[in-house]
Amino acid sequence: MKHILYTAIISLLIFSSCKKDNTNEYNSNNKGELSIEFDNIVGGENLALNTGSYTNSSGETYKITTLKYFISNISLGKADGTTYTVPQNDSYFLIEEGNEDADHASIEVPEGEYKTLTFMVGIDSLRNTKDVSERTGALDPAGTANGMYWGWNSGYIFFKIEGTSTASTADGNMFMYHIGGFGGYSSSTINNIKTVTLNLEPGGTPKVHQAKETNIHLMVDIAKLFDNKSHISIKEHAAVMFDAYSTTIADNYATMFRHDHTEN
Amino acid sequence: MTRKYWLSIIILISVIYACNKDAITERFAGFQTPANFPEPAYHFSTNEITQNKFELGRKLFYDPLLSRNSTISCGSCHIQTSAFSHHGHNVSHGIDDKLGTRNAPAIMNLAWYNSFMWDGGVFDLDLQPVAPLTNHVEMDETMENVLKKLKASADYPSLFNKAFGEQEITTAAVLKALSQFMLMCVSSNAKYDSVKRGEGKAFTEEEQNGYKIFQQKCNSCHTEPLFTDNSFRNNGLTPTALDDKGRQLVTLNDQDAYTFKVPSLRNLGYTAPYMHDGRFYTLDAALEHYNSKVQQSATLDPLLKKETIPGIRLTDEEKKYLLVFLKTLDDPSFLKDKKLSEQ
Repeated sequence: MKHILYTAIISLLIFSSCKKDNTNEYNSNNKGELSIEFDNIVGGENLALNTGSYTNSSGETYKITTLKYFISNISLGKADGTTYTVPQNDSYFLIEEGNEDADHASIEVPEGEYKTLTFMVGIDSLRNTKDVSERTGALDPAGTANGMYWGWNSGYIFFKIEGTSTASTADGNMFMYHIGGFGGYSSSTINNIKTVTLNLEPGGTPKVHQAKETNIHLMVDIAKLFDNKSHISIKEHAAVMFDAYSTTIADNYATMFRHDHTEN
Repeated sequence: MTRKYWLSIIILISVIYACNKDAITERFAGFQTPANFPEPAYHFSTNEITQNKFELGRKLFYDPLLSRNSTISCGSCHIQTSAFSHHGHNVSHGIDDKLGTRNAPAIMNLAWYNSFMWDGGVFDLDLQPVAPLTNHVEMDETMENVLKKLKASADYPSLFNKAFGEQEITTAAVLKALSQFMLMCVSSNAKYDSVKRGEGKAFTEEEQNGYKIFQQKCNSCHTEPLFTDNSFRNNGLTPTALDDKGRQLVTLNDQDAYTFKVPSLRNLGYTAPYMHDGRFYTLDAALEHYNSKVQQSATLDPLLKKETIPGIRLTDEEKKYLLVFLKTLDDPSFLKDKKLSEQ
């Protein structure tokens, strides 16, 4: 009798573990943990804050002292054409180089295999105009968003890079790009909200299950910030904040995200 | 016997408590729209005025703890006796006596505004305090530190708890409390208001003359009863070396270059100097600007381009009457309202 019970338990365990390994079976009522890792690099090198020295195509050598950007409004697409959109309140993340707790976005998504990843670099215009009581978590100007909010021209800074370069004629050879602009509240103005969609198939599709964690590993190539659609010269543009040229920088950085691999 | 005794004590206490509560409600009338004012623009639905929140906002407004080195408060540059402006200073003097680039505007009737600052860069009163709190030449503090200092203080945690019912002091609570104080800064008891509301006062003949000229020549921008239409206009001031482009900095639209918010004309008697950079020390100088000194430019307001020479022609007599009328917009009771003073 005891034997039968043991056998039953063991076979049940084997059965259930087999089931887990069978990635074709998903229960969309279950949610699994998915993280999206933002691995900042410069060309072929890992980005080393303060110490790494890099050169752009204008021949300007630079170091990076600060790199932060907002990722929001994440959604994932399946092969069957359906999309899962992460509830908006759980979909705001500040990525910060040098802060281990802030190198990824952690979300919960229904079990399944996903072929595309879409996110915004920045904060959607609606949230930029919402009541202050709805600006909590990553959006709290007294918390995570400290230094990522313009008080004088109400709105979030989407992307912030600061560093030094001998090409800069500013004080301390500083360069700084603080990029924001959600399109304006009552009058229309620059809109630097960028939506990025990545095909996950070449690098490996994430297979999300309740019982495990899945990680989408992205490479974020800061070299593309300076050299892509346009070539940005630190000498000519040492400080870019809320001005028309910021759109050129945002157009460049929208292309710096690449899917490298997935850890299933 | 004992039960009856206790019962009567409880009843007595409840009655006293209820009376007390009534008395408080009577003393604190909350926000009221003056009879001659339109409906306010502020979203009271997400920040209902209560006595506790208002009093907390007032304490914050006058507390130098909000600045980087605890030397200046909001009230340092927004002084009640100057209708919450910085009387006598062309541009604001902030922390370490650093100079700003613009004149500290009067805090009054903000409940009727849909944008804030000279360039309208802030579109929600709840977000407005972040600008001066974090500006390096104003209070030079971070919101993070403001919260830290408030949480570490002896009295604020319980005051916030009492007002907002939350254990933790939040950014939203700090900003909403400050909004409550600013919203309660309603100036509506000038002579003009008494006349308009038919409270037994009448304009003198000179005031009436001035009012007529005002209606013909000023009211299209400085629209009654708030004496601003909340728009942004270039009124033909010659740019200074600073070349402040006003609203263009916020919209990046060339058509907005050198436009600034039309300021209210209420309490002009207490808020000198005038214009966004405080360049005019007297009202005579301001009126003379419109009469003869308006500078032609691409974005000059069309209403100032009606005549061959740009501006608004004003004879000496018209100016005299206008000044008499403008005095009827001064509201001394606003300057003395104890409810709005540092306690």
